[in-house]
Amino acid sequence: MTARIGVVTFPGSLDDRDAARAVRIAGAEAVSLWHDDPSLHGVDAVVLPGGFSYGDYLRCGAIARFAPVMETIAAGARDGLPVLGICNGFQILCEAHLLPGALTRNAHLHFRNRDQWLRIESVGTAWTNTYQPGQEILIPVKNGEGRYVADQRTLDELEATGRIVARYVHGNPNGSQRDIAGITNEAGNVVGLMPHPEHAVEALTGPSLDGLGFFTSILKHLVGAPV
Amino acid sequence: MPRVVVDVMLKPEILDPQGQAVANALPRLGVTDVSSVRIGRRIEIEFSGQPDLDRAREIADKLLANPVIEDYSVRLADAEESPA
Repeated sequence: MTARIGVVTFPGSLDDRDAARAVRIAGAEAVSLWHDDPSLHGVDAVVLPGGFSYGDYLRCGAIARFAPVMETIAAGARDGLPVLGICNGFQILCEAHLLPGALTRNAHLHFRNRDQWLRIESVGTAWTNTYQPGQEILIPVKNGEGRYVADQRTLDELEATGRIVARYVHGNPNGSQRDIAGITNEAGNVVGLMPHPEHAVEALTGPSLDGLGFFTSILKHLVGAPV
Repeated sequence: MPRVVVDVMLKPEILDPQGQAVANALPRLGVTDVSSVRIGRRIEIEFSGQPDLDRAREIADKLLANPVIEDYSVRLADAEESPA
């Protein structure tokens, strides 16, 4: 049976179509989920895409967190539902306290939009298991508020428990603490990533095919997961 | 009806690049004796009935501020702050 991956559209989401396309290229069925509909329609995993949900009003992700669909996703995530939050999706996961820390204004105040090298540091998650430990990948980054911050104790704990999923290498685009580009929760089912793997899945439109691994990883994870 | 005022500020240890940018612009105004600027947000809440500070605190904690990076304070607006 084909895995069904839900992609949520909030008012102001931008990358939901690219995320759905990446899901299809990886070989899964993409299922559109709507912010105002609490049902997940039986999907096996969920992607929270990039964009500017609810206009980024108040704080990025602060209002999306209270969308009807997020209550279901948050409950599911605590029970092991795989969730990948990309960019604005990462911000939403932090606001929903499904991941620790917060994403704040880039240290240099500029919106940063470029291809970015990352090093995959944790391959034990539902979304990174097809990468090699330490593998460097090139995918686009595009954010104005992507600087990851957390208190020292949280940062130390993330390091000690292998929960830093990816770090920026060859330059930190936003001043993120400890060059953090992505993190995971304790169980490894929830991953937040600031750069955009869904924009690097086809030679025509991306700088590489390096982003596809996030989407093939979830398929591999679901095949191995108990039903 | 008096308003409830919620002030939200980044915690002192969190970098405030907006404030830094403003501080760095001040010398262009001829202001050279400002050592730091930090930018926050003021939110005014009007309840349909009596202002409820406990409820306002709950709103601030759950939505208006992100306690991971921000501090907030909640108070009734002073008489001169309230609309006529």
